[in-house]
Amino acid sequence: MAKSQSDFHFIGKPQRKIEGLEKSSGRALYADDIRLPGMLHGKILRSPYPHARIVSIDTSAAEALEGVHGVVTGRDMPTTYGIIPWTPDEYPLALDRVRYVGDGVAAVAAVDEDTAIRALDLIRVEYEELPAFPDPVSALRADGSTPYVHDAEKEGRNGNVTKHVHMEFGDVDGLMETSEVVVEGEYFFEGTTHTPIEPHCAIGLWQPDGSRRDGLGEPTRDERGDGTGADSGPRTGSGKLTVWSATQVPHYLHRELARVLDVDPARVRVIQPLVGGAFGGKSEPFDLEFCVAKLAMKTGRPVKILYTREEVFYAHRGRHPFHMRYRTGCDTGGRLKSVDAEIVLDGGAYASFGLVTTYYSGQLLCAPYAMPAYRFDSTRVYTNKPACGPKRGHGSVQPRFAFEVQMDKLAERVGLDPVDMRRINFIGENTRTVNELRITSNGFLECLDAVERASGWRDKFRKLPFGRGVGVAGSTYISGTNYPIYPNRMPQSAVQMQIDRSGRVAVFSGASEIGQGCDSVVAYVAAEELGVPLEHVRVYRGDTDFTPVDLGAYSSRVTFMLGNAAIQAARKLRQMVQQAVAEEWDVKPGEVLLAGGRAMWAPDTERQMSTREAFNLAEAKFGTLGARGWYDTPKDVHGDYRGGTIGASPAYSFTAHVAEVEVDVETGFVDVKKIWVAHDCGRALNPVLVEGQMEGSAYMGFAEALMEEQVFKDTDHGRAGLHDGPSLLDYRIPTSMDTPELESLIIESIDPEGPYGAKEAGEGPLHPSIPAIANAIYDAVGVRMDRLPFSPPAVWREIQAARGAGTLRKPPC
Amino acid sequence: MLRLPPFSYHRPATLDEAVSLLGEHAGDVLPVAGGTDLIPNMKHRLFEPGHLVALRGIAELSGIRRENGCLRIGAAETLASVARDADVKKHVPSLADAAAHVAGPQIRNAATLGGNLCLETRCTYYNQTAFWRGALGYCLKKDGTVCHVTKVGKKCVAAHSADTPPVLMTLDAVAVLEGPRGRREIPVRDFFVADGIANTRRETGEIVIEVRIPLESSSRRAAYAKLRQRNAIDFPLLTVAVSVDLEDDGSTVRSITGVVTALGSRPRELSGWGEVAEGHALDEDVVWELAERAYKQCHPLENIIVDPDWRRAMVPVYVRRALEKLRA
Repeated sequence: MAKSQSDFHFIGKPQRKIEGLEKSSGRALYADDIRLPGMLHGKILRSPYPHARIVSIDTSAAEALEGVHGVVTGRDMPTTYGIIPWTPDEYPLALDRVRYVGDGVAAVAAVDEDTAIRALDLIRVEYEELPAFPDPVSALRADGSTPYVHDAEKEGRNGNVTKHVHMEFGDVDGLMETSEVVVEGEYFFEGTTHTPIEPHCAIGLWQPDGSRRDGLGEPTRDERGDGTGADSGPRTGSGKLTVWSATQVPHYLHRELARVLDVDPARVRVIQPLVGGAFGGKSEPFDLEFCVAKLAMKTGRPVKILYTREEVFYAHRGRHPFHMRYRTGCDTGGRLKSVDAEIVLDGGAYASFGLVTTYYSGQLLCAPYAMPAYRFDSTRVYTNKPACGPKRGHGSVQPRFAFEVQMDKLAERVGLDPVDMRRINFIGENTRTVNELRITSNGFLECLDAVERASGWRDKFRKLPFGRGVGVAGSTYISGTNYPIYPNRMPQSAVQMQIDRSGRVAVFSGASEIGQGCDSVVAYVAAEELGVPLEHVRVYRGDTDFTPVDLGAYSSRVTFMLGNAAIQAARKLRQMVQQAVAEEWDVKPGEVLLAGGRAMWAPDTERQMSTREAFNLAEAKFGTLGARGWYDTPKDVHGDYRGGTIGASPAYSFTAHVAEVEVDVETGFVDVKKIWVAHDCGRALNPVLVEGQMEGSAYMGFAEALMEEQVFKDTDHGRAGLHDGPSLLDYRIPTSMDTPELESLIIESIDPEGPYGAKEAGEGPLHPSIPAIANAIYDAVGVRMDRLPFSPPAVWREIQAARGAGTLRKPPC
Repeated sequence: MLRLPPFSYHRPATLDEAVSLLGEHAGDVLPVAGGTDLIPNMKHRLFEPGHLVALRGIAELSGIRRENGCLRIGAAETLASVARDADVKKHVPSLADAAAHVAGPQIRNAATLGGNLCLETRCTYYNQTAFWRGALGYCLKKDGTVCHVTKVGKKCVAAHSADTPPVLMTLDAVAVLEGPRGRREIPVRDFFVADGIANTRRETGEIVIEVRIPLESSSRRAAYAKLRQRNAIDFPLLTVAVSVDLEDDGSTVRSITGVVTALGSRPRELSGWGEVAEGHALDEDVVWELAERAYKQCHPLENIIVDPDWRRAMVPVYVRRALEKLRA
């Protein structure tokens, strides 16, 4: 039976983040704060063309510049990589072709950044420009008469297609035909990027064989590359490579560094310092990580590269622009019958996570509503722009926008309140979706109830004066994936935990702290299970030399998997402590409680000792105390069809939002007054962190709804493929002055598989923001916004059109 | 992070010293006050002077006080101090309003009124990094031969993007400059020229030292409205400054002025307003007619990357909103 809240001491109660003070006081160390003795600074030369062949590269003048220690080009690392093992299509630096404005071509290491910048100017690259594919329409139309973005794998195919997925569940056409109401719509979701405050940064250190230093000493003369053998390049079985990086996937980085640079993985160490935001934008290897490593190998000195903000926009891997067409059918009572989707994903120049994105664009739509029939046809297309990838709510935010607007349109057609429309289609708990995903705990109805009540929905929907409106939307998201990115049967997440006579708990966590609070979560688990005060728990994390493997911070997997791993390890230690204390007191082990820094005898809690004394007894009895904990997902839970593993998660979160807006019909400005956010996170391990994730997600969705757009110039405006404005001045994200009030309503469904019943909270609550705002705009002024973003000019244009058509009015009840 | 090009930094204590430093390094020097515009521009390699002459330490450039029938504001006063100064708020509140609308608090704490008056024009093809501009093939304003906005012609159309000058124009303010050939005064109205490359009459080596606003302007009703997509940080997509003098009856318009900017290279004083409003009360019909006249005169360009049709449509809306403030 699930524990009730009163059974816990730490879990479920507001706690500070363990690294919070360090961060807020500026003492926290991020990658760029690290300075190694003798460290060089690197810069990467980037392509000014969206598509071109590299005819030649002459680096001699750069190499001759005083202060330059090394230059590398694509020829130094001629091995492709890619986060998805089936689509390795990138070189660390372009080998013979550049594919977007900003593609890396060469890298320099010099005594300082200014010298490195001067050296970049001295590198002569001769390009032969190729026709570019600026958009998916032109890319799909390509006939091979000019080179595709990537050469086709098979003769006669369009090389611009990364992936095509077509799936059908149930009798889509038959049920569509018998649907009493069918709504058809075309939607466009503009691309957006992550804008983490910390730009990507990496430092490489190469220690040739025989060096016994631990990464921080002054390099010896021999290692400097100023005499003997430092330029001999990597040799399998010699030397050790260490890379510090602002990454959210140290493990994948470890693998790819070893593979691309041909260094035995046992000789590669990846260290992840604190990360200043990531949101999916640091979840695969990037050119700078390979470049610092290779330059360190070549020069014998540590090398650091810090991206400029502009480079962060080029590195991108943000949300794909989606062109979507939906047909949705229901009966006269509003029950969904059939859903048919056609999607084109504008992928940019490389595959990145695109294979998964293409599946996710369809696979993650099948809850929280029951749909008897569903088909999606998704095509991801290469274009000559920075590569798109995963951003918070990977692959499912765009279709969710379209689908929830479709739901709103259907509700109006059948005369249902849109909240009720969602209620009657509720899929339920402990069930399977139409695409065979296993749903267990499901608090979606409670989410709907909560936002309906808190927002005063019944008094507002269709009842606010013209110009003001409310909108509702729901969604679901995965809590991790049942199947890892590369097929293997090893655990997905793990910790090592040790306690000793000092009374301290040390946790060696494989997980990636990117601000979401996973270091804190393991500390809460350790404190809860072992009864020690939080300040007696140390969490060591993010170093592949001494922390166990965790796959990384993506797909909302960390709290779920790491939490379970930590509980397992802590309980092993707890049992040893209980046993040792029970022996001392001559009682049953199960009667020994650990809480509040004390070990107590349950029948008479006056009988107690400190946890330190208890740990002493355990150490005396068992010897040095340590325990391993790991988590692996259920491997038999997925759809029984090709691709059916993608989207399979051990648990799903559920969310509902209500947004209230005021639309200025003269200007097109949409003022979002408030968003009520209800989210079923299973159990809130720390409600403050959960609320932070809910507000942060809702904010990010709001930002994408109203402002954000990663867009590019076209041939009529300067140069096609050139970023519109790669800066935080031109790429607008809302300031505190623009952000609406956000009210978080935590719903706890206590998941049977999650740690203490917890599920994800970091990505799900982003999804409904966007359709809820779109639906609220419609309620306010009767104008449908089917294209993102709802920027003032875009809304104004729709308002003008509606005014002309005589439809600018409060929609009828 | 983008790197600054190398330069020597001079900190003169007096105006004479500053003027002579500017003369000494002529051709390779720029004055800097708050630096909030110049430093990013230098990082973008739009300017790479070997010398910077700091104006902030010069006593003659500071202070806000009433003297000789004028409100005199030192050019190195920050926008934050202009926005909160009691005399400014009392006598020329629309100036305080405009200053408070610039960027965000941190920038207003450093940016100066003189700097805002001399703000470099802006364009989507210009305010970019050296790499970006190289990929574009550069533009007429810097290192190139083509204007990517108009595609024809040899005239730069970068947008005047400062918030305070339109207001200063409606208040009959005068800019005082000191240079190698001595001191001179230019009405702010005449300070700007329609050239996106160099859009002011300030000559090389000259420093704006103060702004004088006739106190008789304080009986004038003036207002300011700014179009921007976010409620902070953003440069204007359009600003409207209006002022009106009323007859003794308190309702009949004696004279009226409207200035818009962020469209072309200099603030535009709206024409034909007198014939519409003078001798009439500023009633709704008059306001709509003034707004219509403004609309006809304003043609936004794609020097700013935001939809020019929308920006044009916003001209009458923001003119009306500014005028409504006067009527309130």
